[in-house]
Amino acid sequence: MTTDTAHTPFLSMLSSHPVGRYFTMLGSASGWTQITKALMIPGLALAIFLLLWSAVASQIQTSLGQLPGPAQVWQQTKQLYIEHKQEREKAVAFHERQEKRNEKKLQKNPNAEVKIRPYTGKPTYLDQIWTSIVTVITGFIIASLIAIPIGIICGLSPILYAALNPLIQIFKPVSPLAWLPIVTIIVSAVYISDDPLFDKSYLTSAITVTLCCLWPTIINTTVGVNTIDKDLINVSKVLRLNWFTKVFKIVIPSSIPMMFAGLRVSLGIGWMVLIAAEMLAQNPGLGKFVWDEFQNGSSDSLARIMVAVLTIGIIGFLLDRVMLALQKFFSWDKSAVLR
Amino acid sequence: MDHYLELSHVSIDFPTPDGPFRALDKIKLTIEKGEFISLIGHSGCGKSTVLNIIAGLHQATEGGVILNGKEVSAPGPDRAVVFQNHSLLPWLTAYENVELAVKQVFKKTKTKAERKAWIEHNLELVHMSHAIHKRPDELSGGMKQRVGIARALAMEPCVMLMDEPFGALDALTRAHMQDSLMEIQAELNNTVIMITHDVDEAVLLSDRIVMMTNGPAATIGEILDVELERPRDRLALAEQPEYNHYRAEVVKFLHERHKNPAKAKEKDPVEAPHSKNQKEKPVLYAVND
Repeated sequence: MTTDTAHTPFLSMLSSHPVGRYFTMLGSASGWTQITKALMIPGLALAIFLLLWSAVASQIQTSLGQLPGPAQVWQQTKQLYIEHKQEREKAVAFHERQEKRNEKKLQKNPNAEVKIRPYTGKPTYLDQIWTSIVTVITGFIIASLIAIPIGIICGLSPILYAALNPLIQIFKPVSPLAWLPIVTIIVSAVYISDDPLFDKSYLTSAITVTLCCLWPTIINTTVGVNTIDKDLINVSKVLRLNWFTKVFKIVIPSSIPMMFAGLRVSLGIGWMVLIAAEMLAQNPGLGKFVWDEFQNGSSDSLARIMVAVLTIGIIGFLLDRVMLALQKFFSWDKSAVLR
Repeated sequence: MDHYLELSHVSIDFPTPDGPFRALDKIKLTIEKGEFISLIGHSGCGKSTVLNIIAGLHQATEGGVILNGKEVSAPGPDRAVVFQNHSLLPWLTAYENVELAVKQVFKKTKTKAERKAWIEHNLELVHMSHAIHKRPDELSGGMKQRVGIARALAMEPCVMLMDEPFGALDALTRAHMQDSLMEIQAELNNTVIMITHDVDEAVLLSDRIVMMTNGPAATIGEILDVELERPRDRLALAEQPEYNHYRAEVVKFLHERHKNPAKAKEKDPVEAPHSKNQKEKPVLYAVND
């Protein structure tokens, strides 16, 4: 079998090693080279990571027992799923019981008042993931709706930029943990309703996310708008485009790459902020899950927190991929390399 | 006073940290309807600034521009500009780029169907009917410039301002574009002011060649009337002594007499801030023009 060691220095380096030779053999067909690069190398790295993790974990004793390795974490992942299914079954059973009871009541007396109560079991891990995603997206959308127009206006008007820039620079580095108490108090004071549509904890977390998500989008949009090709602005002057046509036909399309760069950074920050906000605001999401497990302190707690850590990481990654897909969808330059 | 376009004593100062920099000094020029004028001069002598003042993108510090009896104070579609690097909106197709201009100019005077026919007609004039729904990044440099010209023509401008329209093109494409432009000019008889660096282009296309002295405080050095019969054919002209005479006149001016009479002792021309000639980006999908 021929090898293409000449083409790929990395593989030729491996070929001096017995395991590496296996890889170079796979790499002989060009299709295999692609697969090797796409799957084998990350797979190998992952395997090494898991081995190191379990080796290190077995050496560390904590107050909650041995530090969990990959096996225990996987065990807890399955356990959390089983608990989720059990909880759902309970809910179904509850609703069936309620229906039967109501039917009986109605048979006895057709005019009887029938009460339908919602099931009030504890939220499962999957419910908590969903709560977190909904919360972060709410905060992120509010932030984007505020930040994009501000960014566009700041980019177009040097005067407004000069006015707002100091404020942006001062509020940008503020930690979510500093915002949270203020937001909590304001939400408690302002959002008073007998039949609240949203939980206060949900609002507090979402608004905290908003406050931290605003800045990268504002700054990037401003820069994007500011760096529009001067000739395109001249075109709009020669055509005497009105303000709206100029903004929608020229300014927004040409600043979309920068705008999305800002949005992606914002969503990344928002997701990190959310976990901290949920811990403190007790919004029933992943942050609260981590906090509750930490307070619980059972022998499974550490493994469950690690499940949460991995979940947070994977969802953060997926959110970024979604933004990338959106960027590709909205970008006019399909040949641009986005990563 | 009855000229179609008149530049009277146009001077412009640009602010710099060392005080105002006089880029243009007392430019006087009158242009009649249907004339094709070339502006030629060394880099940085302020040719683009003259064009930008007529376009209304720059404001003259002294003097002014009168078009059709009205003073020019702001940019407008009656003075369409063809930019050197085409300046098409990259996210719009050729059709949509022209449409943006047509919608703006004929919003009230043409129906939707008339506008569509007008856009297609103008793209046909520049021989772009085959690529009407392609975006600029799918077009070659010459084709992009054709769409740029179609966009300017579609505005039915009083005067068309061309800022080195073929400067970024290769020689063969440029020759094609010049022939196309002459063809269009024969049909529409627009008033055109074109900036160029190319002596052959200036002689071939123009009725008059305005030769500018070097900056700072650049002004008009000489004006050459080109009395060659139209239609002009580049191959036939190459043999003609008149053509070579005009050509030699321009070359002589550029090499010998370009120094500003008032500032003959000044050293090298200073690059004015406005006239950075941007190189065109490489074409992704090269299509032979």
